[in-house]
Amino acid sequence: MPFYRSHVLVCADPECLEKGAHDVADALQDELVAQGLIDEIQVLETSRIGSCANGPEMMVYPEGVHYVGMTADDIPFLVEEHFLKGRIIEKFREVHKAIVDEELGPLRPKEVRVVLRNCGEIDPMNIEDYLAVDGYQALGKVMSEMTPELVIDEVIKSGLRGRGGAGFPAGKKWAITRQVQDGPKYMVCNADEGDPGAFMNRRVLEGDPHSVIEGMIIGAYAVGASYGYIYCRAEYPLAVETLNVAIAQAREFGFLGDNILGTDFSFDLEVRVGAGAFVCGEETALMASIMGQRGEPRPRPPFPSVKGVWDKPSNNNNVETYANVPQIILKGADWFASMGTERSKGTKTFAVGGNVAKPGLIEVPMGITLREIIFDVAGGIKDGKQYKAVQTGGPMGGCLTAEHLDLPLDYEALSQAGSMMGSGGLVVMDESSCMVDIARFFMEFTQAESCGKCTPCRVGTRRILELLEKICDGKGEPKDIDMLEDLCHEVAQNSLCGLGQGAPNPVLSTLKHFRHEYEAHVFEKRCPAKVCRSLIRYEIQAPTCTGCMVCARNCPVEAISGERRQAHHIDIDKCIRCGICMQVCNFNAVLVES
Amino acid sequence: MNAPVVESEVKAVVAQAIENHGKTFDALIPILSEINHTLGYIPAEAIREVKKQIHGPTSNVYVSESRLYGLASFYDMLSTQPRGRHVIKFCENAPCHIVGGKAIWDALRETLELENGETTSDNKWTLLTTSCIGLCSVGPVLLVDDDMYGNVTVEQIPEILGYYE
Repeated sequence: MPFYRSHVLVCADPECLEKGAHDVADALQDELVAQGLIDEIQVLETSRIGSCANGPEMMVYPEGVHYVGMTADDIPFLVEEHFLKGRIIEKFREVHKAIVDEELGPLRPKEVRVVLRNCGEIDPMNIEDYLAVDGYQALGKVMSEMTPELVIDEVIKSGLRGRGGAGFPAGKKWAITRQVQDGPKYMVCNADEGDPGAFMNRRVLEGDPHSVIEGMIIGAYAVGASYGYIYCRAEYPLAVETLNVAIAQAREFGFLGDNILGTDFSFDLEVRVGAGAFVCGEETALMASIMGQRGEPRPRPPFPSVKGVWDKPSNNNNVETYANVPQIILKGADWFASMGTERSKGTKTFAVGGNVAKPGLIEVPMGITLREIIFDVAGGIKDGKQYKAVQTGGPMGGCLTAEHLDLPLDYEALSQAGSMMGSGGLVVMDESSCMVDIARFFMEFTQAESCGKCTPCRVGTRRILELLEKICDGKGEPKDIDMLEDLCHEVAQNSLCGLGQGAPNPVLSTLKHFRHEYEAHVFEKRCPAKVCRSLIRYEIQAPTCTGCMVCARNCPVEAISGERRQAHHIDIDKCIRCGICMQVCNFNAVLVES
Repeated sequence: MNAPVVESEVKAVVAQAIENHGKTFDALIPILSEINHTLGYIPAEAIREVKKQIHGPTSNVYVSESRLYGLASFYDMLSTQPRGRHVIKFCENAPCHIVGGKAIWDALRETLELENGETTSDNKWTLLTTSCIGLCSVGPVLLVDDDMYGNVTVEQIPEILGYYE
């Protein structure tokens, strides 16, 4: 087998082909022959590097350089520069592409991958890759040796709970859906992963779609469903495409459609794409959206297991829940239940973001502590700063502090601490984050996403946001903190769905753990983290200032005065607190005070 | 993306969308999404056309214009207002915010002289914020049409905008 020093992958997607990818690949091959490099450099055609819009495109390894927009005529120049002279050609280089592998690297310390085990390892567009790693064997086992009741018992025994965040036992939900005397029954997969900062489900759908599909087919057999919907958000175009390819292949192989694996069980599936509404992650809103309505929640009961899509029994689980099912069937409930705490079993995926050294996607066993997640798995706080808080559970979750670092990852433990498991967003904050600002930020999000159906959420979130804005602006009055707290309790208790009920959580949890920061804003007109613009001022330290004039030149409002080689001065009345002077100063002479 | 919309074109686009997705209630959102994608937005004529065309001898589907408008205004990705040739969607959610998203957003607003939701007078750019697109590990992130850019810095903005005619 020949060894190549370099591999060039040329994208052969339809869009790139239309733009001449074949000509580019041929020209490259010819030029490498002409230059005598063909034994050293291999040219391969591949699918989907990711920038077809700027195509043709190619990826050069081992450097990992991504070139786009070249024509066959550019190839001699490219070969000479890159492969003979070793110089990267900036003009063809694709800039700043989001590279998926930055999300999911090699296994990190303390990680255990069940749901993510195939992501990045197999080709998601090829069902045979999935079959090679035991794919659809769980389905085979279910169809040949298990009754629906046995499947449900196994899932109940495993202790698998809803990974969408609420944590309802999956097997129990299946049992309820099975018992309802009505039909046809539907399987629904919630792939409307809308929490900012959470992208675990996207990665599973893009990297291992068949595990979700297989889980859904097994579930359909267990509950007696004949049709299924995967409701995927429109913000994930690649996930939608991957799912559609996977469903077509599963159908071709007889895992979907009539008489699956030669039995009398029939089940089929389609992808429904959302149109941008966060509230559609709520199950009743999601089902309304599937039926072509505005995605507005309705009161429960009746729960979807009894009356869901088209008013028929509908079993709704999240992407990660379904993806766990084939492994539970294959390896057994006891294997799954051996991981985790007494009431929370298995593993959980998280998208760790914020001020950590190694952000990205992780999967850890339940029961691991937040300290282990942040410091061992995610590499600790970035730039040697101090840990301050972590937001779990997305915009409906809560902030947890240093005192919670040793909490085990467990549905009940997190709720008791004032947060929740949520779907798996984990935003870590260091000392430079202002907790009032963070609360305002999350509130801005939920206020905008409130669907407007019920008054406590529609009006309440707006009023909470106004109070927070007032406090951040330095206009807070002493009564505001108590009013804020009362309002939060009202909204939480009286809202119709999880969005409104959970919306006040970031405020309540920061009020509980960081009340002193709210008080500093209101009573001392000070932002301790020096974030809130109205409460900070920039000052130039005369002894450190060299009078280089860089700050004065960059100030957009000409608020800085001073002669060359003399200490400069900021006019507080003119200053708009943009912070540019601090960024451009080479001598750290600009300080921010509050 | 969207020159002034001609009525005959609207009819054809609506007919195509209905043919692709079918005359059923649960096809309404896919139909509106396709119209939005083709025309850049959903003009009032398109809403009238959907109502007219979806109800016929072969279907029992009757939808009111108000229901269609209700859908178009509810979902963020559907627009009832014309948009520029290129739509910039900037992710202003917490993970991107924490890693410096605000500076990018300010720079975009200053460079294009636009606020959220506005379109330049030459119809080239529309500036919007988007819900989280899940590329948080490479934040700050922005989308120009369907192209994604991650780890964006203020200095790169002119370069990125320069790619588009």
